[in-house]
Amino acid sequence: MSKNTEFVKFDKVDKSYDGKVLVVKDLNLNISEGEFITMLGPSGSGKTTCLMMLAGFETPTNGEIYLDSNPISNIPPHKRGIGMVFQNYALFPHMTVYENLAFPLRVRKVQKDEIDKKVDKALSMVSLSGFESRMPAQLSGGQQQRVAVARALVFDPAVVLMDEPLGALDKNLRESMQYEIKHIHENIGVTVVYVTHDQGEALTMSNRIAVFNDGKVQQLSSPDKLYEEPVNSFVAEFIGENNTFGGEVTDISKDVCKVKLQNGEILANPISVNSKGDKTTVSIRPERALINPKNKMDNNQTGKIEEVIYHGDHTRVRLDLLGNKDFILKVPNSSNELDLKLGNEIKVGWNSQDARALDPK
Amino acid sequence: MSSETKQILTTDGIPLEISLKKAERKNKIKAFLLVAPLLLFLIITYIFPIGEMFTRSIDDKMITNMLPKTFKSMETWDGKDLPSEEVFASFLSDFKILVDKKEHGKLAQRLNKEKNGFNTITKKLFRQVKRNKIDETQSIKEQIMKVHKRWRNVEYWQAIKRTAPPYTSAKYLKAMDMYLNEDNKITQVSEDRRIHRILWLRTVEVAFFVTVFCFLMGYPIAHLLATLPMKYSNLLMICVLLPFWTSLLVRTASWMILLQQQGVVNDFFVMIGLVSDDNRPEMMYNKVGTYVAMTQILLPFMVLPLYSVMKTISPSLMRAGKSLGGTPFIAFWKVYFPLTIPGIGAGCLLVFILAIGYYITPALVGGASGTLISNQIAYHMKTTLDWSFASAMGLMLLGGVLVIYWLYNKLVGVDNIKLG
Repeated sequence: MSKNTEFVKFDKVDKSYDGKVLVVKDLNLNISEGEFITMLGPSGSGKTTCLMMLAGFETPTNGEIYLDSNPISNIPPHKRGIGMVFQNYALFPHMTVYENLAFPLRVRKVQKDEIDKKVDKALSMVSLSGFESRMPAQLSGGQQQRVAVARALVFDPAVVLMDEPLGALDKNLRESMQYEIKHIHENIGVTVVYVTHDQGEALTMSNRIAVFNDGKVQQLSSPDKLYEEPVNSFVAEFIGENNTFGGEVTDISKDVCKVKLQNGEILANPISVNSKGDKTTVSIRPERALINPKNKMDNNQTGKIEEVIYHGDHTRVRLDLLGNKDFILKVPNSSNELDLKLGNEIKVGWNSQDARALDPK
Repeated sequence: MSSETKQILTTDGIPLEISLKKAERKNKIKAFLLVAPLLLFLIITYIFPIGEMFTRSIDDKMITNMLPKTFKSMETWDGKDLPSEEVFASFLSDFKILVDKKEHGKLAQRLNKEKNGFNTITKKLFRQVKRNKIDETQSIKEQIMKVHKRWRNVEYWQAIKRTAPPYTSAKYLKAMDMYLNEDNKITQVSEDRRIHRILWLRTVEVAFFVTVFCFLMGYPIAHLLATLPMKYSNLLMICVLLPFWTSLLVRTASWMILLQQQGVVNDFFVMIGLVSDDNRPEMMYNKVGTYVAMTQILLPFMVLPLYSVMKTISPSLMRAGKSLGGTPFIAFWKVYFPLTIPGIGAGCLLVFILAIGYYITPALVGGASGTLISNQIAYHMKTTLDWSFASAMGLMLLGGVLVIYWLYNKLVGVDNIKLG
C-alpha cells in the first residue's frame, strides 16, 4: 500500500492581508500521508499563515489547497476534520478534561459509550488517565498541553496541525514533550503539520522541515540534509551555527571553487555560484573546522584565539580568522591536550567540501 | 507527637506567632489608617442615613409621648369593654397638658388616621376642657362619655390603644396597599385605592425589560468592541461612552425631542409613509418612552462589564471550537457564551439595580403610565411631605435589590461577577 505523497498539497498559494504585501508567496508544498512536517522560520515568515489557511481560518488570496486531492478553500473549518493544537492550548476553561475531549465527539453525534471509550484511549495515550474530572486550570502547563494534544487527536482526524504548541513550556518539559509528541505520531501514524520557530524542536521531531522566510519556503528537506547541506545562506544561518566569509569567486570547476576574501583565499564547494566574479557567502559549520588537523585538509589557516567559553560538554573558541572575528570552533572537552589560551595562535583546517559557497548575504 | 505540638520559636526565643503579630502590627495599623477616611465617609453618607431612614419609616413615638399616662393605665385594660375610670382620668390629664402646649390638634390628626371620627370628638372635648366644664371631683369617665357618644364607643378606645407602641409597620403596609384593621389584621385597601402595588409591579417590569433590551443590544456591541482591531474599537468605544459623558438631563430631553408626536422620529415615519400624518403614534409619556430612553441611558452599564469579560476570552477558543468540528453557532453557544456569563451577570445586575431606582427619565418621559415607584417616593418627599412613607418605600426598594443580589449569588455566585 503506497502512501499518498500529495495528501496535503499547497498549489501556488499566495496570501495577502492588505492587498499590498504578500505574506505567503507562490507556496507549493506537498505533504505525504503520515508525515511529520515542520514549518520552521522566524516570526513573520508566513508559516503560521500557512497553517491557518490549512485549518480554514484564513483563505488563500490565490491558489488552492488540496486535502486528499479535494480542494478545501471553500470548506469551512468545522467541516475539514483537521485537528489543531493551539499555541496557548485553547482548552475550554469552563469544561472538565473529559468534556474538553468529548466536545469534538459530541458535535459529531457519537454515542455516549463510544465517546467514553475514545476519551479513555486518548487520555491514556498522553498518560493522563484519571484526570477526566479536572478543570484545565487545575492542570500544570505540561498536562494542559497533553490534554490539548489528546483533544486534537480524539476524533481521529486525518491531519493534525500544531501551532507552536510547546512555546509556553520550560526547557526540560519542552524537550520531554517533543519526544512524547514524536512517539504519539509514530504510534498512530497521523499526518502532522507542526509550526515552530525553535530549530532544535524542528530537528528532533520532523520527517521533513520546510524553512520559511519572507513568505517563501527556502528549503524543504530532512533534518540532517537541512543541517549539513543548506541551499542558501538564510538556511545556513537559521539552522544551527555557522561561520561565514563574504567574498568573490575567482576560479570555479565542477565541485570546487576559489573564493577571494578581503585578506586571503579559500577553497569552497560551489552550491549557488556559477561563474567567476560571482559574489558569495561561504558557510562552514563550526564542528567541521578542526584544530591542528592530523589529516590533510585543503584549507589550512591560522587564527588568533579571541575568547574561550566553557560549555560543559564542549568549549567554544572564538577566533580571529581571515578577518572574521566571529569564527567559532567547538572543541570537545575530551581533547584536553590543546592549549586554548587567549591570544594564542592556532592552526585550523577544513575540507572544501564542507565550505559551502552560497548566495551572498 | 510532642515535637508537633511544641511551640515554634524564633531564633531569639520569642514564640513565632507573637513575633509575627508584632512584625505585622505596624502594617495593619497603616492599612487601617489608609481606609479609615473611606470607612468614615461610608458610615456618614451611607450607613447612618439608611439607619435614619429606617427609624423614620417605623417611627410612631409622637403619640406615645403625647399620651404617656393613658397608655400606662391602659396596660391592664383587656380591650373588650369600655376602659376603667383610671384610664379616662389619665387620658384627661394627658389631654390637658396637650391643650396647654396647643398640641391637641396633632393628636386629633394622628388619631383620625387610625380611625375616622376622632377629629370631631377631640375638638368637642377640647372645648369642654377649655371652658373648665370638667369637674375632676366627679367621675371623669361619665363626664367624658357625655361629651360625645363616640367616647362611649369602645372601638375608639381600642383605636387609641393600637397607637400605643412607639413603632408601627403601617407605612410598609400602606406601600403594599394594605393596612391593619380594627382587629389588628392585615387587610387590603379597597380596589379603587390600590396604586402602589401597580407601581411596584410596573417598576419591576420596566427594570426587567430594560435589562433584557440592554442585554440584547449590548452583547453584540461588546463582542464587536472586543474583537475589532484597535483603531476601530477605540472609535466604537467612544461612541458607547459618549452618551455617558453627556448630562443625563440633556439626554432625556433629547429623547423628548425625538419621541414626541411632532418629533423627529414621528416626522420620519410620516415621511417614509409608515404612519399617516393624522395618526402619529404616541411614543412618549407612556411606557414606550420610558423603555427607549432608559435602555439608551443604561446601555453602557451593560456593555462595559461584558466588554471587559469578552476581552479576556482568547479568540483561539472559538477557533478551537470550530476546528474540533463545531459549527460557528455551536462554538459560540458551547464555548464563547458560557465564558461570558460573569459579564452577563454583572451587566444585568448593574442595569437592573440602576433601573429599579430610576427617577429622572421616567419622570420626564414616562407620563402617567410610565412613572415608577421612585417617582412616587419623590412625590411623597416633596409634595405630601410624608417622609416616613417615602423612607419606607425607599427601604423596600433597597430590600428588593438585596433580595435580587442574594438570588443572583445563589444562582450564579457573586465571585463570578466581573465588573472590569
